[in-house]
This record gives sequence, C-alpha cells and structure tokens, in this order.
Amino acid sequence: MSDKKKISICELRQGQSGKVIEILGGHGIAERLNSMGIRPGKDINKVSAAFMKGPVTVCVDRCQIAIGWGMAQKVMVEVS
Amino acid sequence: MRVLLMGNPNVGKSALFSRITGTKAVVSNYAGTTVGFTKGSMKLGAEEVEVIDVPGTYTLEPTSKAEEVAAEMLLEGDVVINVVDATNLERNLYLSLELLEKGIPMIVALNLWDDTKHRGINIDAAKLESLLGVPVVPTVAVSGQGIKELVEHIPEARPVKLAPRSKDERWAAVGGIVIEAQTLSHRHHTWLERLQDASLKPRTGIPIAILALAAAFFAVRGVGEGFINYIADPLFHRLWEPVMMRLSDALGGSGFWHDVLVGRLIDGALDFEQSMGVLTTGLYIEFGIVLPYILVFYLALGLMEDIGYLPRLAVLLDSVMHRLGMHGYAIIPSMLGMGCAVPALMATRILESKRERFIAATLICIAIPCAASQAMIFGLVGAEGWQYVLIVFVVLFLVWLAMGFILNRSVKGFSPELLIEIPPYRLPSLRSVSTKLWIRVWGFLKEALPIIMGAIFVVSILYYLGVFDAIAGFAAPLVSGIFGLPREAVVAIIVGFMRKDIAIGMLAPLGLTAGQLVVGSVVLTMFFPCIAAFVMFAKELGFKKLMAALGIMIVATIIVGGLLNLVL
Repeated sequence: MSDKKKISICELRQGQSGKVIEILGGHGIAERLNSMGIRPGKDINKVSAAFMKGPVTVCVDRCQIAIGWGMAQKVMVEVS
Repeated sequence: MRVLLMGNPNVGKSALFSRITGTKAVVSNYAGTTVGFTKGSMKLGAEEVEVIDVPGTYTLEPTSKAEEVAAEMLLEGDVVINVVDATNLERNLYLSLELLEKGIPMIVALNLWDDTKHRGINIDAAKLESLLGVPVVPTVAVSGQGIKELVEHIPEARPVKLAPRSKDERWAAVGGIVIEAQTLSHRHHTWLERLQDASLKPRTGIPIAILALAAAFFAVRGVGEGFINYIADPLFHRLWEPVMMRLSDALGGSGFWHDVLVGRLIDGALDFEQSMGVLTTGLYIEFGIVLPYILVFYLALGLMEDIGYLPRLAVLLDSVMHRLGMHGYAIIPSMLGMGCAVPALMATRILESKRERFIAATLICIAIPCAASQAMIFGLVGAEGWQYVLIVFVVLFLVWLAMGFILNRSVKGFSPELLIEIPPYRLPSLRSVSTKLWIRVWGFLKEALPIIMGAIFVVSILYYLGVFDAIAGFAAPLVSGIFGLPREAVVAIIVGFMRKDIAIGMLAPLGLTAGQLVVGSVVLTMFFPCIAAFVMFAKELGFKKLMAALGIMIVATIIVGGLLNLVL
C-alpha cells in the first residue's frame, strides 16, 4: 500500500504538484474534465486558488485550466 | 463541397478561416469567441467551395450550446480541416481521433506552430502525418505562414476508417501518438508568463484587475471625449451647420419636412443636441457622440480580448458571480454588453445551463448600458457634473448585483461550475485588432443608422399628428407621479424601445434638473431593451423567457426609478 495521502486539489498548496488518482462524483463532471485533459494518471501542478472558494487553477500538460471550487473538490490527487 | 474548420476552443480556427476565405471574422484569445457558425467561401482549383468556421469543442459529446452547434455541423460537412494547437498536442488529438472515427475526410492544420519553439516543444509533423494517416500541415494563422500549403493539401484529405473506441482506448492511442511525434525540452519562464500568473493569483490579480479596468475606462472616456471635442464637434459646427442652415432656409424655416429633416430651430439657430431633425440631431448623436465612444470602447475591449485577459477576470470574479446565479465566464457576455446587447446575448451561448443564460441575458438587458447609451449619459449627464454620471453607473451596478442575487434565489435550477481553459497571454496582432474593430464599428453603423433615421422620422410624424399628447396624458401618472419626470419624457421612453441613444438625447430639450436627468438615464437604460436586443433575446432564449424578463424589467424599473426620484 502507498503511504501517500489522497487529497483533493483544493487542499493542494499553491505550487505543489500531484498525480490525479480519481475523479469523484457524477459521470458528467468526469467527462468534462476528461475532455480537457484532466484524468487519472495525469501529473498536475496547482497554479493558484481564488479567494472565497473561487476556482482552483491547475497546470496540466503546460496548459492552465480553472476549475470551480465544487468541482475541484472532486479531483483527487496523490501528492508527489 | 463544404469544408468545416473544427478543433478545440481557442486554437485559431477563426484566424485560419479569415485567412483562407478572406472573410472577416472576429478573432480573440479566449475559448468561445465563435458561438454561431460563420460561412465563407474559397476557390479550390476551379471549384468554389463553402467554408464554415465551427465553434470550438473539446469532444463530440457536447456540454454547451456552442458545442452542440459544432456536433450538429459535422453531419453536414464533406471535409474537415481539424485545427490543432501544436502547443497542446495531447488534448487536441483526442478530438482528432473522435473525428477520424466518424469516417469523414480530414486534414490537420498544426496551428500556433511558431509558439512551439520557444516553449521547448518539438513536433515531428511527418511522423504525426504517418501516425494519423491524414495530411498534417504546420500553420501560423495569424501571420499566414503555411496557409497556402494547407489549402493545396485539402484535396488530399481522406477518411481513415478507425473503429469506434472507448474513451480510455482513445486516450491511450493519443498517448502513443504523442510519445512518438513529440519531444519536450526545458525552457525558462518569460516575462509574459510571470505576468500571466500574477494576474491570476488573487493577491496580485485583484489590484491588476482594478488597474486594467480603470485604465480602460479612463482611456475610453478621455480619448472619446478628445475625439468629440477636437474632431467631431468642429466638423459638425464648421462644415455641416452652414449646409443645414441653407437647407432650413430652402424649406422655409418651418413646416413638416423642415421639422423632420432639420428639426426645430431654437432662437433662430440650429442646436445639434436639441433640434431633433434626422439630418441634424440624428447624425450628430450617431457620428458626433456615439461613434467616437464606440471606436475607443471596442479598441480597448479588443486589446483585452486578444491579450487573453478576460478568462483571468472570469476566474477572479467567479465566487462573486456564483452569488448572482452565474459563474465567472458570464463576465464575458456581460462585458460585451457594455458594447452592444446583441452580440452579448449571442455570447451567452458559452454558458452551459439555460438558467444561467437566462439570468445573464436578463441582467444584460436591464442593468448594463450599451456603449451608445453610455456615450449619451457621459454627454448629457456629464454636463451637470461628474458626480451625477457616477451616480448613474453606481445605481446600475447595484441593480445588476441586486437583481442577480434575487434571480439566483428565485429561478429554479442550479449553477454549473466554472471549467475553463486559461489561454497564455499573447501579444495582440495589429491585423486581428483592426479587423475586429472594423467588423464591430461597421456593424454598429449598418444596424443603428437606419433605425435612428426611422425613429426620428416616426417621432416627427407622431408629433405632427399630436398623438404624443394623448399618450403623455395617459402615461402621466407613471412618468410624473413615480419617476418625477415631465410628461413629455414619455416620448423618450417610447423611443427607447427603438434606440437608447436617441431616447436619452430626447431628454435634452426638456430642461431637466440634474436629479431628473439621473432618474431619466437610469429608467431609459433599464426600461425595455431596444428593438434589436428584443429580437435577439427572443431568438436566443425563446418568447416565454423574453416575457418573463420583460415582467422583471417593468417591476424593477418602476421600483428603482421611483426610489431614485424619492432620494434625489
């Protein structure tokens, strides 16, 4: 078993990187994230989070994607 | 034959489209610039073929109205030019494979090719071509590089019969292609990238946002005003006024046609702001006041669009916008609404849910003054002092906030989450900025002028027939009783249904106090969208939604106008 913690990208610190493990929640959300390149196995880096539970911006494949807070809570990563 | 330009959002389809067809298209640096489809044509050998600029989509399983349009268009195309962002190969190729599985003849334009080198991306185009089985041509749509080769290769577009795959299989296939065709090397951050991150992080991003918007506002006001004072006004007063005075003499100084064309003389002289003739006030309002303002407004907006700033603003404002029933991306149609409601209503297509579209569209129609109205408010209310202009804008902003808050609580359904790509900053190209400015300003002239001329003409006739006296008497309780305006202001309210700028201009001869001008401007902005916006709202959201929005609008205008009248 891996001793690495599984957390959502909301809990990731700014500048921290991780690997996507799973996307919780409905099919629709996973689908949309998927089509934008965020899917299990991808390495991502957190660029920033906006205030008051605003969107989390991550960098995947050198491309920045902003994800609304509620949706971001469902993107689970393993800190690397 | 029909050629479709398809690809992910913000990969340069519209830039490529205007390159190969010569048709002007609006090009910006954010996902969702094109929401409808633009048609053009080009010569391919001896044949004239139709080219369609399809809205961007990440997948053929649509998640928004704009993506739906894309999926539907695919059924009607003969050849697809799949535009691929060379700096983001992996994600872009997913759609390419989906397209290939549909068995449509295809060719790939590897666009933004010039961006790959300094990003440390090296793509073997020949290898990619053999892996995909269709022609691959590197292009730079903005500069025109590779466009000729692309067009030459269109006849070689061919279908590749790929068996339909599951998503995982498709991603695995994409991964395999990328590993073989692309190598990455490390490179350093550029200053543009540092600025990029700074404008996204709240601590630095919010001051930058305030600075950028304030700079845009003062530029628009300052340059617009300078243009009016030093170019438009002298032209009208020195050149046009003598011509009009001669026309006035020729028409005998009064009478029906005199009043329609030249308007009423005030103390024997022409007053471009008050005479209300088609050729005097009509032309002066459009060319002397509104046009300069529109020019500068769209230049500022175009620059912000092309640099790629708007999506960052959307991220910063997302949590606020959620409380108003929308997500951050709704800031894009809302800002377009500060130009004109018509393209703004179309742009609400980038929003995913019907509820969100309804809220955004209703707020655009009620609380966001278009550039033409703003120009008039600056001119008319500004003459009484800048604090009054400020009151008008603050009140409208509060109305926007309050109505969004109420609609969020009362309209059924939920707001979807924001999920957008943040494009890299790009230095705006002169070609794209100037083309876009031309499209928008020409669009304004083409659509506004006939309506303005018509509106003033109709008003003159109604005045002549004395119809307005009857209407004014009928509407007096509302106009005078609640809004505290003279009963003649009802004419302006009616004209507001056709054109807001002329309507606000019609307040000028009424001799209103500063307070009344503020009430009048707010009421005219909020009350009934102009005819063009009215039609677009019905077309985009349906008649039922339009009626609902109108109901909300009437109630809101009466409340806000009444309260303002009490306070001022």
